[in-house]
Amino acid sequence: MDVVLEWLRAPWPWYISGALIGLMIPIMMLGANRRFGLSSSYRQICAASVPLNLSYFKNYDWKGQAWRLWFVLGILIGGFIAGHYLEGILTPDIEDSARQVFSSWGLNEVQGLLPEELYSWDGIMTLRGFLVVVLGGFLMGFGTRYADGCTSGHAIMGISMLNPASFVATISFFIGGVLMTHLILPYLLKL
Amino acid sequence: MKYIKFLFIGIFFGIVLIKAQVASWYRFEEMFLFKSFYMYGVIGTAVLVGSISYQLITRFNLKTFYGEKITISKKPMMFKAQLFGGIVFGLGWALGGTCPGPIYAMMGAGYTIFLVSLGAALLGTIAYGAVRRYLPH
Repeated sequence: MDVVLEWLRAPWPWYISGALIGLMIPIMMLGANRRFGLSSSYRQICAASVPLNLSYFKNYDWKGQAWRLWFVLGILIGGFIAGHYLEGILTPDIEDSARQVFSSWGLNEVQGLLPEELYSWDGIMTLRGFLVVVLGGFLMGFGTRYADGCTSGHAIMGISMLNPASFVATISFFIGGVLMTHLILPYLLKL
Repeated sequence: MKYIKFLFIGIFFGIVLIKAQVASWYRFEEMFLFKSFYMYGVIGTAVLVGSISYQLITRFNLKTFYGEKITISKKPMMFKAQLFGGIVFGLGWALGGTCPGPIYAMMGAGYTIFLVSLGAALLGTIAYGAVRRYLPH
């Protein structure tokens, strides 16, 4: 048991992490007859909780999709377990060349999973922290519903199904991501 | 209680998201900077395991563990939506350094600031619902 815990607590190699994420597909298909995906939960939470006179939400059978809320609640609990008992928030082994870029962006140190000078209650009071957390979240939420899926639903599930729509979406995700990181983010972080 | 299995599947996935470091802002930026193999290795392995599983399940017409016929359909192609929506998603993905699953996992891991990320993502979802009829699909 101790050996297992020790192994779980150590950083996982990329191929173990990737294989376990990939296993979500047979787990969801064989265990639940569902596609693997996360971002529909946004539409569902909005449809269930905000009275909006918009067909996108009114025509959504959120009660029939209640499983998504249980799935999301589980992810929260899993995050808690990993963060508190499995050493989940160790600083990743980031390449030195990437660290140099981060420091050229004005980020002081690589510590934990993310830069707390942006991602914290103090951090979002700064303009650049606000842009990263709030504008980042907003664009992601808007884009994932427009594209009809996210990294899990398109890049992992859709590509595994060889669905052409998911290839278009995944390539577009990367185009947007590379544009942001190379051409926009360095300037936003200097604000 | 018929949904309880989704709670357990979610717990598994939440642990994996955090331990795989795919909820890390640094990891996403490192990936978009093309400075590290790590994320490409993770995504590549996930797709490899996922596609082999999908092929086996569909080729052999496997049924669910409880004997149901599997009825999963592909998402429809809406080229302009996947192109433009995908680019908007990518901009937000690289700016915020997070995506839909990791937001929930990070909230659980103790980063309460992800409540703001979730709120912003839900606002984005509402905004899409409000303007979607004006957007090319």
